[in-house]
Amino acid sequence: MSKLNTYRAGPDDTGHFGIFGGQFVAETLMPLILELNAAYEASKKDPEFAAKLSGLLKHFVGRESPLYFAERLTEHYGGAKIYLKREDLNHTGAHKINNCMGQILLALKMGKKRIIAETGAGQHGVATATVAARFGLKCAIYMGETDIERQKPNVFRMKLLGAEVIPVSSGSRTLKDALNEALRDWVTNVDDTFYIIGTVAGPHPYPVMVRDFQNIIGEETRRQMMEQEGRLPDTLLACIGGGSNAIGLFHPFLDDEDIDIIGVEAAGHGIETGQHAASIKGGKPGILHGNRTYLLQNDDGQITEAHSISAGLDYPGIGPEHSWLNDIGRVKYVSATDTQALEAFQLCCKLEGIIPALESAHALAYLETLAPSLPKDHLIVVNLSGRGDKDIFTVADALGVTL
Amino acid sequence: MRETRIDRRFKELKADGRAAFVTYVMAGDPNYATSLEIVKGLPAAGADLIEVGLPFTDPMADGPAIQQAGLRALAAGATLKSTLKLISEFRETDDDTPIVLMGYYNPIYAYGVDTFLVDAKAAGIDGLIVVDLPSEEDSELCIPALKAGLNFIRLATPTTDDQRLPRVLANSSGFLYYVSIAGTTGAAAPSPVDVEVALTRIRKTAKLPIAVGFGIRTGAQAAEIAKIADGAVVGTALVEQIALGNDDADALKRVLALATEISVGIRSIDKS
Repeated sequence: MSKLNTYRAGPDDTGHFGIFGGQFVAETLMPLILELNAAYEASKKDPEFAAKLSGLLKHFVGRESPLYFAERLTEHYGGAKIYLKREDLNHTGAHKINNCMGQILLALKMGKKRIIAETGAGQHGVATATVAARFGLKCAIYMGETDIERQKPNVFRMKLLGAEVIPVSSGSRTLKDALNEALRDWVTNVDDTFYIIGTVAGPHPYPVMVRDFQNIIGEETRRQMMEQEGRLPDTLLACIGGGSNAIGLFHPFLDDEDIDIIGVEAAGHGIETGQHAASIKGGKPGILHGNRTYLLQNDDGQITEAHSISAGLDYPGIGPEHSWLNDIGRVKYVSATDTQALEAFQLCCKLEGIIPALESAHALAYLETLAPSLPKDHLIVVNLSGRGDKDIFTVADALGVTL
Repeated sequence: MRETRIDRRFKELKADGRAAFVTYVMAGDPNYATSLEIVKGLPAAGADLIEVGLPFTDPMADGPAIQQAGLRALAAGATLKSTLKLISEFRETDDDTPIVLMGYYNPIYAYGVDTFLVDAKAAGIDGLIVVDLPSEEDSELCIPALKAGLNFIRLATPTTDDQRLPRVLANSSGFLYYVSIAGTTGAAAPSPVDVEVALTRIRKTAKLPIAVGFGIRTGAQAAEIAKIADGAVVGTALVEQIALGNDDADALKRVLALATEISVGIRSIDKS
């Protein structure tokens, strides 16, 4: 392949990143997706939209989020200098709200009255319920029964925020099935409903739109690192389920080719066991939920169930732009197991006084492989995409502790 | 493109002055042998065209009945390969009834588009409905299928407005499947008045026969649709009979009994 001038130009007009992406949806949804794309394109040229979003991100979400030097983790590994991008400090406790705020402003602009969303860990559900409450729109959140069981605090949060949480009992009862049900709701309620997808997947324009709303993570990181170190970082690390926190951090740095960019997928019990959620490492390209991307599937093209201790990573696909970045070799994709994530989770609590989300703990887990052998002036940024209060029951259970 | 069994069947029905009864059943549901008996029995029960569902784990446009039918079939070992085999076995005894394979793209993509088209043609499939391939993705399968001599049947829905309709029709052939409500399969029945308004609008652009589906459960409802459309599609109601059956034989009996009842309704409407 000839070398690209930029890695940031995609997707093309029909939403393709190389062979990935696209618009693989039922005809009922096609006119809605085209309408959404037109509204999104118009919003990009609207200075009022940008000003409103930026004001809300500052005063409601609490941005910018700190770029924090993790002194004791750095000492512990004894190599590279580790910084944490503190998305856990956003209102609602994760990066998800960056995207929700953007999409709800679009929904309002399009005159929609009802918001739906899918959620895995509940972070996207909480963020969606939050913005829906803030703007007084009706809100329904689809969540798999398995996830409802392991993320009870977030379920109650959503209810407090006035959202209806609809349990999904089909299939594996996790994020994938919640997405199916949300799509079915959308097909049924086409007139008044706006679907806020939480990750950089789904039919075009969702992958590009969600990415653009999450890019603020990387844009701030660039500026903050320049302020603190006088130069750009050397390595970026983020966990990947669908991949929205990762693309948000990565995208503004893609053209800085000296920077190593690493995405960490969830290896569950280990990729060799087949019980994992590592779409790139353990899957192959296919079509699901409106886009072509790496998917966990069998030889007959049936989607297989993902496994991860972290509900937010428990998804058999990945955003199409990540699939493309993998195939062209710009981003390296690795994986961390449940056990490794649990260890990193505890280490971060004890050494930094920060309880990370189990999702983010997968990115932290890779520090053990990466950090010790790197020189002390090597700058690593880990996206601490969310806080882990929601995960304490899961972690207690895994550690054999009864609360 | 050469005339397919689908084109021929709609021509014959027009000459006979009646609407088509289009049935949908899931391949391999509840198991291969019973499913084959069901498909083989449908023409005698009055089916003019048969849509054979290709099981998929994540059917995002289907309601609970068809989702469960797909999962039953997969649990019984159904694959794209066994679905093609079922259709070729059907063809050994019936060379006239058109067969449309209906499903989602991923199993076909995993099989390989080129190999699939060769094998589908050889099995005796006449047309394809692939729910998650809108006209925006025509280069994936639609164009290759047309070249291979298969009809690519498109869905039009209440959200398909006049501006979009020509695009939906562009590479479609065989018939146009009008989805009478915005929703998943098996949802509430459409109002015949709304359907008639929509069909009048669509016919200004579409020259293909139009079959109407989603929500038709009884002979009486099918008769209402037969008055205004070129065909009525019944899927969920048939598939539900399989879940209701006490055993395989009972499931077969129930499906064919309901098909017969609906067929009588459709045949009661004289369109000549």
